[in-house]
Amino acid sequence: MKAFIPVFPVKGMLMGWLWCALICGSFTTQVYAQETPADSLKLIQLNEVVVISAGRQLDHQKQRKPLSTLDEFLESSRSIKMVKRGAYAWEPTMNDMASERLAITIDGMQIFGACTDKMDPITSYVDVSNLSEAEIGSGQQGAMFGNTIGGGINLKLDKSNFRPTGWNGSLESAYETNNQMRVFGGELNYSNAKFYLNTDAIYRKADNFYAGGDEEVLFSQFEKYNFSLNSGYKLAEDKSISATLIYDEANDVGYPALTMDVSLARAVIGSVSFNQDTVLGSLTNWESKLYYNTIKHTMDDTKRPNVPIHMDMPGWSKTAGFYTQASLNNEKNHFFFKLDGFYNKSYAEMTMYPVNSDEPLMFMLTWPDVRTKDVGFYAEGHIPFEKASLKLSTRLAYHSNTVADDFGLNSLKIFYPEMDRTNTRFLKSFSAQYHKMLNDFHFNGGLSYGERAPSVSEGYGFYLFNSFDNHDYIGDPELKTESSAEANLSVTYKKPTFEIKAAANYFHVFNYIIGAVDPSLSTMTIGADGVKIYTNLDYAQLFNASLAGKYAISNAFKLSGSVSYHRGIDDDGENLPLISPLSYGSALDFYKNQYSASLSVHGAGEQTNYNPAYGETKTAAYATLSASFGKRFFIKENDLFVKAGIENMLDAYYSSYTDWNNLPRMGRNFYLTISYSIN
Amino acid sequence: MKTLKYIFAILILSVSFVSCSDDDENTPVEVNPVEGLTMIYEIPAADHIVQIYSEKQNLEVGYNEISFRIKDLASNEYVGNAAPTWMPMMHMETMSHSAPHSTLTNSEESTVYKGYIVFQMASNETEYWELTLNYNLNGQAVEEAVMVSVVQPADGMKKTQVFMGSDETRYILAYVNPKSPMVAINDLQAVLYKMETMMNFPIVENYKITVDPRMPGMGNHSSPNNVDMTYNSTSKMYNGKLSLTMTGYWKINLKLMDQNGEVLKGEDVTELNPESSLYFELEF
Repeated sequence: MKAFIPVFPVKGMLMGWLWCALICGSFTTQVYAQETPADSLKLIQLNEVVVISAGRQLDHQKQRKPLSTLDEFLESSRSIKMVKRGAYAWEPTMNDMASERLAITIDGMQIFGACTDKMDPITSYVDVSNLSEAEIGSGQQGAMFGNTIGGGINLKLDKSNFRPTGWNGSLESAYETNNQMRVFGGELNYSNAKFYLNTDAIYRKADNFYAGGDEEVLFSQFEKYNFSLNSGYKLAEDKSISATLIYDEANDVGYPALTMDVSLARAVIGSVSFNQDTVLGSLTNWESKLYYNTIKHTMDDTKRPNVPIHMDMPGWSKTAGFYTQASLNNEKNHFFFKLDGFYNKSYAEMTMYPVNSDEPLMFMLTWPDVRTKDVGFYAEGHIPFEKASLKLSTRLAYHSNTVADDFGLNSLKIFYPEMDRTNTRFLKSFSAQYHKMLNDFHFNGGLSYGERAPSVSEGYGFYLFNSFDNHDYIGDPELKTESSAEANLSVTYKKPTFEIKAAANYFHVFNYIIGAVDPSLSTMTIGADGVKIYTNLDYAQLFNASLAGKYAISNAFKLSGSVSYHRGIDDDGENLPLISPLSYGSALDFYKNQYSASLSVHGAGEQTNYNPAYGETKTAAYATLSASFGKRFFIKENDLFVKAGIENMLDAYYSSYTDWNNLPRMGRNFYLTISYSIN
Repeated sequence: MKTLKYIFAILILSVSFVSCSDDDENTPVEVNPVEGLTMIYEIPAADHIVQIYSEKQNLEVGYNEISFRIKDLASNEYVGNAAPTWMPMMHMETMSHSAPHSTLTNSEESTVYKGYIVFQMASNETEYWELTLNYNLNGQAVEEAVMVSVVQPADGMKKTQVFMGSDETRYILAYVNPKSPMVAINDLQAVLYKMETMMNFPIVENYKITVDPRMPGMGNHSSPNNVDMTYNSTSKMYNGKLSLTMTGYWKINLKLMDQNGEVLKGEDVTELNPESSLYFELEF
């Protein structure tokens, strides 16, 4: 024991505790037929849930484009915008904050991308075929999934969950004209009250896409496949075990906005869970999970012309973790508790091949084998009042980073001679959210405080080239913890056929982490403009406001629309990068007698608040028009669903503020999706 | 994971058991005083043998640490009271000159005499280096000389500069450390001599040598937190810090300045001037 306790004190003990709990739990035979709420997750008032599941529920009424990429699904959400470096692996942002300020999990599992240049957000390692929905919580409402500033996204896997459906399967295929994307997918499931097994596979291959005006965007191709297995077995009426395995691999992925492409992005994600209806008498919906995932990411510049110096940049990220959670319900109050922890190892290297081949290879560690340990406890309680309720939640976490590789430690010590190998933080989050109903009005208001540790790149990155502002970035292991005080307010007016919601939130982020130019440093990357060091600004301010409405014109026609405004400034009043201009969207959906159709418009105003110091240029206003048509057929007991559509009908040439280096977006695109489901 | 931890714990325990038992059984082994050194010359004399050692396989142009010891054949023991001095001489076709060299000490190992010589040039068929050793053996003053071969460094890297300063003085600057550079802040060390006469090379004290490492193969970029070399009176060498941010070929651009800050040799590296005329090279 002594050998590992100094290395891993808190988590070691907690893991031990978890195992004890698991083993004890499986031997206790508590057969309380206690009534449990249908879904404990519903207790958290998530701002939004994006329904993804394509096959099983055939709820295509809600889906304008069933086999689109997960990225497109997420982008359809009101609160998420996607940063694009190509046609693949978009990076989700929420409240104008990206990966490092968000907690993104897959079925509660922490996963971290292996690319130093953010070319593999973890959302790129799953596909729509294995997901049922994305749960989105803004700001500290997402703290259940991890330490966050901007919010949390949990991608829920699609499982049969002992529903008595027996065998069923489906085949799906889609084709898109613009980039010749071919999609083939299938799933085969068996489920009864005692056992279930879900299997699915999906394959996507796309060539270069064409921007508006038929302009080919070179290096925008991609190819990816994904397999997943989900299985569960009931040990007893109130106990079950389940396991998940996902294999995802992408090859030959072009990143037209960057200087390098990707030859391999591979993830293996696995977990085992134990579920029990009740535990310790009054706790319900007890779920415990152990998981492990490993990611390998290899950048490739061999297909690019005019590369000044050839580089190899592989990266690895491995994460092991657990969580155990349960609810406590009495007549009035609901409580939810979660204990979670993970251990991540991030390692990335760069080898440069000198033009003069007699010279030795140039090698550096860009992520110096950083080991991150995090153990957190999350609790929330709902206190109901008359026509009102208060939700209180907190997350307390122990977080530490250790540079395990001596080569990497010595490299960083060039910049920080006094730095410690290990950096430990205690992260806190508190939130109070009040909900009041007044006739047809709902008022929601909340105040919260949250903290996050710097990401691996922000803390330990070594000469990471950012093509957006054309600077090399160096991490700072002595960065202060970033924290945020947040206020949110929303008013909803709700009638059976009509709903309108006005919402706003404000984040005052202390010690905001961002790169600042150090003019004394010499650029490593050939052609870069300078070197930036990640620094804490005293503070930054982010403000988001939105107005969204829905109107059911008739049973068949539904109209929806939204408009949002965003602003982000630093402590000098300068604009923060990647802040959305005024954006809007509107859609008319039709559904009747198994026919569906939609007409939608999306657009944004001119980006007036941009910052050239971060490599931004003004993006012009744009609007795009899209339409889709679908029909569901019944063939005996089976379902055939055909959906066709056209996106960017007017073939506009445009790029939005999220498009890396003003990469143009896809021009006119026709798609066709066919799903055949055998019940 | 838990199981893995137990396995690790057991492994670590067993390793510590093994290492403990090793310690117990260890009997004190006589340490070889010339461990890691290569004997490059052996001079046989009537009643004794002189053995010359180097860290390298050959003597090279530049800074060479040299050790030697004297074996008394009568007692079969290495001598610890020889009080030796030495003198390297280059015999060229038309002239001869010496080389900067330290005194010899046996403070670390009583039977091993240690010092260093900075060879300014390589020997060839017609021009050769001769090393003369003077020492006492059994109360007798002895002189032995050996012709040594000095080659250019095996890695082809320039680590020695012989130049005329703007003060019309001829200087010899030689790289000493780091011997194995790392991606880190390395302790940089060099020796600086001036050539007063063909035979006299005094140490230059209290000058300053600026340090600007560059990577010509990667946009000629530099590194942060280098420290210029200044004179250390204890080691009689110039000490500084050298930051190397990656492996590969580095050119260490230097500038020599006297006490008044007058530049004697070398230039700043700028966009237009990619390198200084005074530099060291290294690769790793």
